Formats: sequence, C-alpha cells, structure tokens
Amino acid sequence: MFIGTVLYAVVNSVILALLAIGFNLTFGISGVANFAYGALYIMSAYLSWMLLNLLELPFLLAAVISILITTLCGALMYRFVLLRVRGQALSEVIATFGIGLAILELFRYLGFVGFEYTLPVLIDHSFVIFGAYIDMQRILIVIVGAVLVIFLWLFTHHTSIGLAFRGIAQDERTALSLGINSDRIATLSVSFGAGLAAIAATIIIPLGSISPSEGYDVLIKALAVCIIGGLGSTGGVIVASFVIGFAERFTDSYISSHWTMIVSLAAILIVLTIKPSGLFGKQKELEERI
Amino acid sequence: MRNAQLNSTDSKHRRKERIDRGIKARSSDIFALSSWREMLYLAAPRCIPIVGCLMLPLVLGIYWQKVLLSVAVFALLAISWDILEQSGMISLGQALFFGMGAYTAGVFNHYFGWPPFLTIPFASILGGLISTVILLPVLRLRGIYFSMVTLIIPLMLVRIVEATRIFGGTEGLSGITPLPSKWLELYLIVGALLGALFGFRRMMGSDYGLVLKAIRDNDRSVMNAGINVYWFKAQALFIASAIGAFAGAFMTHVYMFVGMPVFALDYSILPIAAAVVGGPGTLAGATLGAFILVPLSEILRGIGGLRIVIYGLFLVVFIVALPEGIFHYIQRKYHQFERWVEV
Repeated sequence: MFIGTVLYAVVNSVILALLAIGFNLTFGISGVANFAYGALYIMSAYLSWMLLNLLELPFLLAAVISILITTLCGALMYRFVLLRVRGQALSEVIATFGIGLAILELFRYLGFVGFEYTLPVLIDHSFVIFGAYIDMQRILIVIVGAVLVIFLWLFTHHTSIGLAFRGIAQDERTALSLGINSDRIATLSVSFGAGLAAIAATIIIPLGSISPSEGYDVLIKALAVCIIGGLGSTGGVIVASFVIGFAERFTDSYISSHWTMIVSLAAILIVLTIKPSGLFGKQKELEERI
Repeated sequence: MRNAQLNSTDSKHRRKERIDRGIKARSSDIFALSSWREMLYLAAPRCIPIVGCLMLPLVLGIYWQKVLLSVAVFALLAISWDILEQSGMISLGQALFFGMGAYTAGVFNHYFGWPPFLTIPFASILGGLISTVILLPVLRLRGIYFSMVTLIIPLMLVRIVEATRIFGGTEGLSGITPLPSKWLELYLIVGALLGALFGFRRMMGSDYGLVLKAIRDNDRSVMNAGINVYWFKAQALFIASAIGAFAGAFMTHVYMFVGMPVFALDYSILPIAAAVVGGPGTLAGATLGAFILVPLSEILRGIGGLRIVIYGLFLVVFIVALPEGIFHYIQRKYHQFERWVEV
C-alpha cells in the first residue's frame, strides 16, 4: 500500500510538472501569463484524436502533427493578438483567457464530450513493482517528464536560442541592445509553451479522456504549481509539483479522494502567506512583492 | 488617451485633431451656467441613466424584468471588478465574492431563519469580510499573481463544498425565503446599482480614490508618501467584495436557492467582459457593458454554448481593437469634436 502510494505519487508529481512546465517556460521568458494554456492542451488532444480517428493516421504521426500545429497556434496567437497588447499585464491575461474560453467552449458546443474521446496508450503493458500494479503508460510519463526537463535544461543553457531566451528573461532591454529580437523570442516562447502543453497532452490524456472541462483543470493545476514554485523558476516548478503530487496522492489514499483539491488550495495559501514570491521565486522577488 | 492619430495613406500627411467642444469648456470650468442648454449638457448624461433605470421595470414584460435583475447583478459585479482594477488588483474571480455573499445569506436564512432584509446587509458585510480575509495573503502580490490566485480560489471552493458536503453539498440549500414582492426586488437591485454607480464614482474621484488609483500607478511612491499600501488595498478589496457579496445575497433570495453554481466561472467572466467592453476605469463603463452584454446573451440564448465562445471572442476583439471601451469612446465624442488637419 505504502510503496504503491509512493509510486503513484511520483507519477502524479511528474504529471503536474509536465502540465506546468510549458506555462512556466512562457511566463518565465516573456512574462506572458498564457491563460489559454489549458485550451491549447485540450485542442492538441482533440487534434490528435481527429487525425487518428477521422483521417486514420498512425498514432505517432498524428501526435507529432498535432504537436506541431499547436506550436504554430501558439506563435500565431502571439503574433496577431498578444503582440498588440504586449507589456500590459491585464490585457494579456484577458486576451489569452478569452482565446482559451472560446476554444474550450467551441469544443463543448461541437459536442466533443464522452468517454470515446481518448487517445490510445503507446505500449499496453503493466508491471508489478514491489507488490504494486503500474502500467507502462505511467512509467512512460515519468521517462518523458525526466527527458523533457533534461532537454529543456540543455536547450536553455547550451543553444543560442536558449541563451537568448534566458537573456530576455533576465533583462529585456540589455538583451535588445545585444541584438536579440525580443518579439521573435517572445513568439518562440509562447509557441514552445504551447508545444510543451501538446506533448503533455499526448502522453497524459491516454490515462483519462478528453473533455473541455479538463482544460480548466489543467490551467488551474499549472497555475497552482507555478504559484507555489515561484513563477519563472524551473527548479521551483519541479519541487512544487512533487510537494503537491505527494500531498494529493497521500490524502487520496489515507484520507479521502474528495480532499485532494483542498490540499493544493491550502498549500497555495500557506506558501503565499509565508513566502509571497513562491518557494523559489527569487528572480523577480523585488518587483512582484511590494 | 491619444489625441492625434497619424494617417499616412495619402501622400499628404494628415492627422486627426481633437478639440474640446465650446460647451464643455463653458460648463465644466466656469460654474456660472448661463443657459438651459449648458445645464442640460451637464445633467443629461447623469439623469438619463437614472430615469431610464427607474422607468425600465415599469415598461418591461415579466421575462425582461428578470433579465433586468441579472443585468443589475452583473453590473454590480462589474463595478466591483472595476473598483479593484482601479486600485491595481486585477481579479479573475468575482465568483468568490458573489458566492460568499450567496452562501452567507443562504446559510443564515436556512439554518437560523433570518428574514431577507436582515440577511442581505449582513451577508454583504460578512461575505465581504470572509473574501477579504481569504485574499489577504495574496494582497502582497500584484499584477498577474493576484489574478491567478483569484481565478483559482472560487473553482477550488466548489470542490471543497463538494468534498465536505457542508451547506447542502452538491444539492445546495433550497427553500430560501423570497423577497416579499416583485417590485421590491426590482427596485432594490436597481436602486443599489444606481447608488453603487454614483456613490463609488464619487468615492473614486475623492482624495481616497486618488490614493487607490495612485497605488495602481506607482505603489512605491505611495509608500514613500507614508501611506500604508496594504491597509488601503485591503479596504478597496473589502469594498469590492462587499458589493459582490450583496449581489450574491440578493440573487440567493431571488432564486430561493443557493448551491455550487454560485462559484461558477460565469460570475467571474461576464463582469470582466462587461467592464472591458464598456471601458474600465469609470464604473459607468462597466455598467454600460453589463447593459449591453447581458441582454445580448439573452437574445443569443438560442445558440446555447456558443454564447460563451462569442464572449471569449468579444473579449479578445475589444482588448485588441478598442481597448478604451465603448464608454470612453462615447465620452470623447460627447466632449470633443474631431477634424483632420494637414501636418
């Protein structure tokens, strides 16, 4: 029981980290809080589903195409909407929120609700580890999560675009004076965030089904993790997702499954009371705290 | 606000020049009003909404009277959003205030049998206090952080009500005492709306409101002036949440029911949409937005879920294309005339 709970808690934490990492990347680099994040997540899942079931493409191909389309959508969203309101936090939030709302409710209106809307697991197999059942998909999630984090770290530390990302994040004007096009980098950051949401959807959706309300849940989870971890801090996101992931799974097993959401709410309020910029939010501490 | 727009389509460059109308200059600065026309110029924008709001319940049919109720409720929520926005707090969770007021009124009526005229004022204050206390830890954050937390809290409170089954759980509390008459209902909410609109407009124009606006513009210089920013923000938050809680408590008695839907996303989004469409920063714009959007959504009821899609797109279009909102646009046309001049 205990080992099983720990195993599932790890999986849960990695899921949370996967959900939050794209949001965090976008916010950390360009300062855009992408409230359409959950909608992009769901949109990519529906795209894969449509490519898979209507065009009957193989799953991997469908997934890759939908990830690319979602990435492109992120870039278009920045180019045509966010660019015009750049720097005005309120307008950015409302605009992205409006886009997200429109996408999610459109899918709901078109009737994409039900258990048949799901994606297949990549490898259908399950193991027994220390007396606990765990299926291949969950192990795959952990692997993908780990690989993505390592990849992102290497990307932001050892490639020129990645270094430009970090430059913009640290000081936009100085980066501009060094010849980094901040609009281009911000476009890339929003589209990369969208792409990460799509990757997360491809790997996580097979555990459940696709539904528009899931989009709001994803946004809430991503926000919760990012707020606790400190926005813009990747290390903070990982620690926070493990904190929430373990807390949720343990309340689930030992108290009641109804209480899982309350744990994250309590965690947010406690963390914000003690440390308003989040666990690891050092980067912008002075600006965001008054 | 932009005073001149460059137009470079022709070979000759022209720009739009905006000049205050003579009547504005005469009637706003010099307080010797010399003609009926000038007095009308000043009084009309204030009297038309008042008379209009008071007349509307008399001329509307039963169905549209109900619509007027929800217009007024959403207008109150939008005003509450606008007050927060003017104090530098962008809330995405008006449903928190609405729901707190609704549940407080419902609980005191259902379990203790308090009559509506006691629960409504009590719930406005207690609901406002509870919301303020919940958000106190977040007050130290600003900008997007505050928005994120306000978005999350009502959605999580729904789960808490579901999980703990307090106050009727998923079933909610039904059998709440209604208000004694339909006319009292209508005029109570319309009166509250007008009172809130003009009262808080005046408040935001006073020195107190200036402090709040200054916090939005530059909080550190306000701190420099020796003013406790958190205390003022907490007050603004209490004012805004009390307005929202009043709307919630009122709706509880109208529907004779309170349940989880009071924390629904609708109550967070529609007020923001109204304020954005109408024009933030004036309170009147927020009210105007509610008077446009809520009836529009009633007309569009036939298309069901597509309504919310249209709201979303409305938000995006207005934020990008007309960020000042309808009210500022009308105000400008009323006070100024425009002409093209060659550069």
